[in-house]
Amino acid sequence: MQAFFRKPKKFVTLTSKEQRVDVPVGLMTKCPKCTLIQYTKQLEANLRVCTCGYHHPLTAAERFRQLFDAGSVELFELPEVKIDPLSFKDYPEKLRGDEARTGLREAIVCGVGKVNGYPLVACVMDARFRMGSMGAAVGTAIAEAVRYATKNGLPVTIFSASGGARMQEGMVSLMQMAKTSLFLKQHAEAGLLYISCMTHPTTGGVSASFAMLGDVNIAEPGALIGFAGRRIIEQTIREKLPEDFQTAEFLLKTGQLDEVVSRRDLKNYYTRLLRIHGEGTNHATI
Amino acid sequence: MQPFDQPVIALREKILELHEMADRQGLDFKEELNLLEERLRRLERDIYGNMKAWNRVQLARHPERPTTLDYIREMCEDFMEMHGDRHGYDDAAIVGGVALFNGRPVTIIGHQRGKDTKENIRRNFGMPHPEGYRKALRLMQQAEKFNRPVITFIDTKGAYPGRAAEERGQSEAIARNLFEMAGLRVPVISIVIGEGGSGGALGIGVCDRLLMLENSTYSVISPEGAAALLWKDAGLAERAAESMRITAPDLVNLGIADGIIPEVVGGAHLDVSLQADKLKTVIAQELEELVRLTPEDLILQRTEKYHQIGT
Repeated sequence: MQAFFRKPKKFVTLTSKEQRVDVPVGLMTKCPKCTLIQYTKQLEANLRVCTCGYHHPLTAAERFRQLFDAGSVELFELPEVKIDPLSFKDYPEKLRGDEARTGLREAIVCGVGKVNGYPLVACVMDARFRMGSMGAAVGTAIAEAVRYATKNGLPVTIFSASGGARMQEGMVSLMQMAKTSLFLKQHAEAGLLYISCMTHPTTGGVSASFAMLGDVNIAEPGALIGFAGRRIIEQTIREKLPEDFQTAEFLLKTGQLDEVVSRRDLKNYYTRLLRIHGEGTNHATI
Repeated sequence: MQPFDQPVIALREKILELHEMADRQGLDFKEELNLLEERLRRLERDIYGNMKAWNRVQLARHPERPTTLDYIREMCEDFMEMHGDRHGYDDAAIVGGVALFNGRPVTIIGHQRGKDTKENIRRNFGMPHPEGYRKALRLMQQAEKFNRPVITFIDTKGAYPGRAAEERGQSEAIARNLFEMAGLRVPVISIVIGEGGSGGALGIGVCDRLLMLENSTYSVISPEGAAALLWKDAGLAERAAESMRITAPDLVNLGIADGIIPEVVGGAHLDVSLQADKLKTVIAQELEELVRLTPEDLILQRTEKYHQIGT
């Protein structure tokens, strides 16, 4: 009976073996915005920004490569945390699956390096791992990296890319919002610079904690940034939201960002900020 | 849906009826009444002694559950409510002000639900906009200036998910509060009195002591939301409530809550005064300890409290 209702396919799907062999996976990349298909190598040479301006997501490793001077980066070990604090069904398997798929241990990579000679501590989220959601591992990694920056008098940056709290860690996840904010507060009180760069997507508990706490808050073009999800808001207020709602450009318009910065200008933007802030130290105390 | 404690409620009513009948007719039902009352106690023990997370969710959401202002009225002398964020709004979903608590000046802030539909609309069902968090922050910083401890009552389904809230920076308002509360140089005690809904709850909940009423809940997402997200079926809320670990005992076990305040048998709504007394005793004890600490020690302990969660 079900077969009766199934829609006939409009196109034939090519499944021949040769087809697959001819085009290795990852050789070409299609832009979801303008549908242009181009060589991945070429896209990478352009910092994974499409000719139409669409910013393809970056892995944490790519982000470090793009921002920091070659050979200057020293990555931090991820701090030990409780895995699966709620004993949530299937959660450890999901973690292992993402680990195998991405080669990452968690949704974040932290380290210290130099941007055109200026030292900077960076926490970079990677949305391929559990959609970049924040659990104890992500929260504690940020806390430790920020603490390292405070201790060494260094500026810090966090690249957010996260769907928010990690459901499978429940309240432990929510409390990471407080933990990260707490260590950022101490960093701020030491008179040090924090640059928050929001990338696609930065929502929920991540946007409502460290992402919005920068001395300078910037975002990549087109990034989705917001507290509540679009669908939930539409259901609550019973109206359709404008197309650009919760985009980086929308946030700039409503006074919530300092700037929307294209990836092509990002290293330059960081360099200028770091120079003005004198390596992140407090001028008043000098 | 029938409440899970329907048998208790029904028996209580029956006993009350019998009392009235006895009074009216001048008859002696003492024996029957004793028997029924003993049965009631047994039933209460059975039902309230083995509560599932979902039962507690129901009690936490009870329409008659006491609110922030109820507790303030019962616990404090001379509460003076202060309004407004000084930037154009006064969000009625968060109330705050100054009061005397056992003779000590304190600042009290809390989410405020309405008692009826009209008040609920005015108070947006206790779901704050950014302005509510900004008002709360203003009052906390005022408390710091005058060296008054801060008491916050958590009782919200969450920060309001609306268009205007997003446009005016819901994320930033909550984030700012976490950040500033982290460095507040006066003691902060937070008590979850009903539902603690995610970031909207935490926005006034970074503290030195987190206490929970026995039947309150605190969660990263509502059980309905979790079920919809994880299993694409909001009907599995009951199962989600269990696996998300959102009850007071769960959160003590996870090292997140510092203590449980026992509730009146059957729920806080059955005797607001008695419940406020229990609350007041515990808050007074915690306050005594915290006011002895220097601001530096206070912040050090607060840092450690949050640092250890999940590690």
